[in-house]
Amino acid sequence: MKILVCVSKAPDTTSKIAFTNNNTSFDEAGVNFIVNPYDEWYALVRALELKEAQGGNVTVLSVGSADYEQIIRKALAIGADDAVRIDAPESDALSVSTHIANYAKDKGFDLILCGKETINYNGSVVPGMVAEFLDMPLVALAAKLDVANGVATCEREVTGGIEVLEVNLPAVISAAKGMAEQRIPNMRGIMAARTKALEVVSVENASATTAVNSYEMPPAKSACKFIDPANAAELITLLHQEAKVI
Amino acid sequence: MKTIVFAEHLNGKFTKSSLEAVSYASAWSVSTGGTCIAVTYGNIDASVLGTAGANEVWKMDALSAADGEQITKLMLAAQKESGATAIVLSQDLIGKSVAPRLSVRLNAGLVSGASSLPTGNVVKKNVFSGKAIAHVTVNSEISIVTVLPNSYGVNVSGAACPVNAFSAEVGTARVRVKEVRVEESESIPLPEADKVVSAGRGMKGPENWGMIEELAKELNAATACSRPVSDIGWRPHHEHVGQTGIAIRPNLYIAVGISGAIQHLAGVNGSKVIVVINKDAEAPFFKAADYGIVGDAFEVLPQLLSAAKAFNATK
Repeated sequence: MKILVCVSKAPDTTSKIAFTNNNTSFDEAGVNFIVNPYDEWYALVRALELKEAQGGNVTVLSVGSADYEQIIRKALAIGADDAVRIDAPESDALSVSTHIANYAKDKGFDLILCGKETINYNGSVVPGMVAEFLDMPLVALAAKLDVANGVATCEREVTGGIEVLEVNLPAVISAAKGMAEQRIPNMRGIMAARTKALEVVSVENASATTAVNSYEMPPAKSACKFIDPANAAELITLLHQEAKVI
Repeated sequence: MKTIVFAEHLNGKFTKSSLEAVSYASAWSVSTGGTCIAVTYGNIDASVLGTAGANEVWKMDALSAADGEQITKLMLAAQKESGATAIVLSQDLIGKSVAPRLSVRLNAGLVSGASSLPTGNVVKKNVFSGKAIAHVTVNSEISIVTVLPNSYGVNVSGAACPVNAFSAEVGTARVRVKEVRVEESESIPLPEADKVVSAGRGMKGPENWGMIEELAKELNAATACSRPVSDIGWRPHHEHVGQTGIAIRPNLYIAVGISGAIQHLAGVNGSKVIVVINKDAEAPFFKAADYGIVGDAFEVLPQLLSAAKAFNATK
């Protein structure tokens, strides 16, 4: 089975979020970048588990500049066989998806896996766009994935229960929590990653239809109102009369 | 500007997030002097979408379930027929499957998870897991917006509206629904819950969750937990809220024995009212809280439970 896992770069989950240039760009000073957790913990690890059980090849793909290579090496250290970096700016989801689809269209991947969203842009858009460009079905937010005889079986949480879905491969699947468990790369993996193939593909810019022109911080919370623990019942009164939420 | 909006329903009722999307689409069309058409399917009385702001409904009776590719084709046909230049969906499961496909087919800019109405061609959306807001410009003739659930209220001032039959060549669904396993418990599903009671390692063990469940039941709330608690198996994964679990935006979030790590806050910072109960006065969660109780959960919870029972008895 040939699996493509799309990975994005995201600031470490503990990063302080700040902006520069008059709030037009993310302040990367002192920020440690990681593989987007949904891409790594769930999509990549499940791809590796499927390959280990059934054979095949796992390629990781990123769209971005040379500073992406650090997180691509991390994905290789976890166990991906090879990697591709499309050398293009991450202008918007449509341009990124165009690059992914153009690369993948004649490579014969059985499965294209992505995290359900990035933790920096929270779009949940790229998997659906890639599916549409490649005329593939999409299962969004799968929390479980199995493959047998060219059919993927997925489970996902829906209102009031768990939905079990089947789809013939090739397909695009976006991964939510539950699909796999995080793997920490070992020393052998890290050493091996240094010599694994990382192909850099030059492309023409793809058109973007959206652009972020500025950022703002959410309004500050007012100070916390403390309630005496010996009189905790007062909370219920406050939630009813003051906050009006019960 | 004419807007079209997709409305999803479940068990004979339109979902809350769909009604929010209809109200959003309606307000957007009104602000630009246009009208709003809600698009839906199946066997349901759709005239109620008028109360949320739709001027009319286009309904494809022959479709019985919302498949991403089929709804994409339905929305494409509705866009073509109506000439709408704005398309709205909820940022829910079906919205996440349909909006990206529409964006590709129409070469239309998509802003996913909008938290407020557009100003001109600029739409605000939450980014960095709710830690910041981006102002996104759409540079295309047609704009597509998905609305972040529980961020835009349902306006129910309207009246029922006409429902017109509509149909399109939608093909067959390639994703097959084999079964839906209904959760046995009577608990409220977390993503749609209006109120949530959540707990962390401060509860000391899974055997102590009875108090959390009881309080949730009294408050008509769903239960949730922190990541460590789901990782060590005290609670199921689907209860994990946070940056790598699920993000929720209830009106009330009560956190018991959760310190409030930045990753946890990212999953709950959209909550309207946050209550934090923790015996450590230095817990970072208090900085994000509206109400706080510094105290032992095992002493505070019984008091809250009896107060909630007394409150319910007066209702």
